[in-house]
Amino acid sequence: MTATVVKQAQFTRPVTVTVNGQARSAEIETRLLLVHFIRQTLGLTGTHIGCDTSSCGACTVLLDGTPVKSCTMFAVQADGREVTTVEGLAPPGGLHPVQEGFHVEHGLQCGFCTPGMMLTATALLAENPDPSEEEIRWAISGNVCRCTGYVNIVKAVRHAAAAMKEAS
Amino acid sequence: MYPARFEYFAPTTVEEAVSILERYGDEAKVLAGGQSLIPLMKLRFASPRALVDINRIAGLDEHYEDNDLLNVGALVRHKDCERSELLRKSYDVLADAAPQISDPVVRNLGTVAGSLAHADPQGDWGSALLAAGASVQAQGPGGTRTIPLDDLFQGPFTTALEPTEVVTWVQVPEPKAPCGGAYLKLERKVGDFATAAVGVHVSFSNGNVEQAGIALTGVGPRNMRAKAAEDALAGRELNDEAIAEAGRLAAETAEPHDDIRGSAEYKRNVVRVFTERALRRARERREGR
Repeated sequence: MTATVVKQAQFTRPVTVTVNGQARSAEIETRLLLVHFIRQTLGLTGTHIGCDTSSCGACTVLLDGTPVKSCTMFAVQADGREVTTVEGLAPPGGLHPVQEGFHVEHGLQCGFCTPGMMLTATALLAENPDPSEEEIRWAISGNVCRCTGYVNIVKAVRHAAAAMKEAS
Repeated sequence: MYPARFEYFAPTTVEEAVSILERYGDEAKVLAGGQSLIPLMKLRFASPRALVDINRIAGLDEHYEDNDLLNVGALVRHKDCERSELLRKSYDVLADAAPQISDPVVRNLGTVAGSLAHADPQGDWGSALLAAGASVQAQGPGGTRTIPLDDLFQGPFTTALEPTEVVTWVQVPEPKAPCGGAYLKLERKVGDFATAAVGVHVSFSNGNVEQAGIALTGVGPRNMRAKAAEDALAGRELNDEAIAEAGRLAAETAEPHDDIRGSAEYKRNVVRVFTERALRRARERREGR
């Protein structure tokens, strides 16, 4: 009998993603969404799933420093790249200035949108260290908060901007 | 929501991407920004057997003018356009459209070329680029061909692209004459599609309109060129009377339907008013240059 070599369809892939500074490798299904890789494969549940339709921004993470909606990206796409989640914001034993700002200015009620909000705010401040209220509102317009409204969130980002300026 | 299983490829050249597409035919999809395709896959409206991720192909993330053309690579994101000095300088309609697409986080990934290949009649780039007279470069097994946007859009989510072709560049004629333009969009909230939107791109010669590009979003089965309005302006002074006539003609071209965003009559009125406002803004911008 002649052996026939049939190339099997590959539905899994090995990936290595640097998450919060640590290289994390796994063999994953190609259809695994980045947010599920983060929450289920890595157990980092700080990243939330809100609408699951790219509308709410609760699942926002930083991909090489840029905010992206992790429910609308496959984990395989992040192979070889750097992801920052809310768990990666704080230095050991402390808070990131953006976290401090949300704490001091009461920038949250239920906290569901907060991780995504803070990552978007962190990316904004990296680019624009002294944003106006309008610039902050524009930057977070892809992140939806359903309880506080945005007044305290804007204050929190301004607070962080001032703290970071003072520290630098 | 989980998409159906698929094989994933991340080619590093366009040739390699095309050869994978050839192998899978219409069972493969090209993945660029993924901000339209991935939601469709999650809903299983699309279940490709293979996904060809072009994000690792070098050189396609640039936009520049060369040889009388603005070239926008297939990996140029909405965000890149939003921040582009080049677009702000000479392509008002594109510079206006970019920050009005979806929301800031989606704009970090979504691409111009992907939006065109997706061919959503509600897409903003389709109209902005139709107004600007753009075409796409599509690379397939037989080489590269140029498809004007007028021919690209065939119907809702339907284009003239072959399943084995990849859009590599979007090309816009570099304005030779003084130009002005605008893109006006009515949306209920950030991230929503347009209730209606209008893009205009006007070149002037001796104070008169040389050529006017006018295109409409969300009021027909595809991004539509308002040809009658364009023709009515050619060679004319862009005065209030000409603007009013163009607005009326553009509204007649629109084929809106009643839906949750508004009645057909309302949308037709928005097209008229926005065409007039966009033309006035184009005139002001031309004068300011």
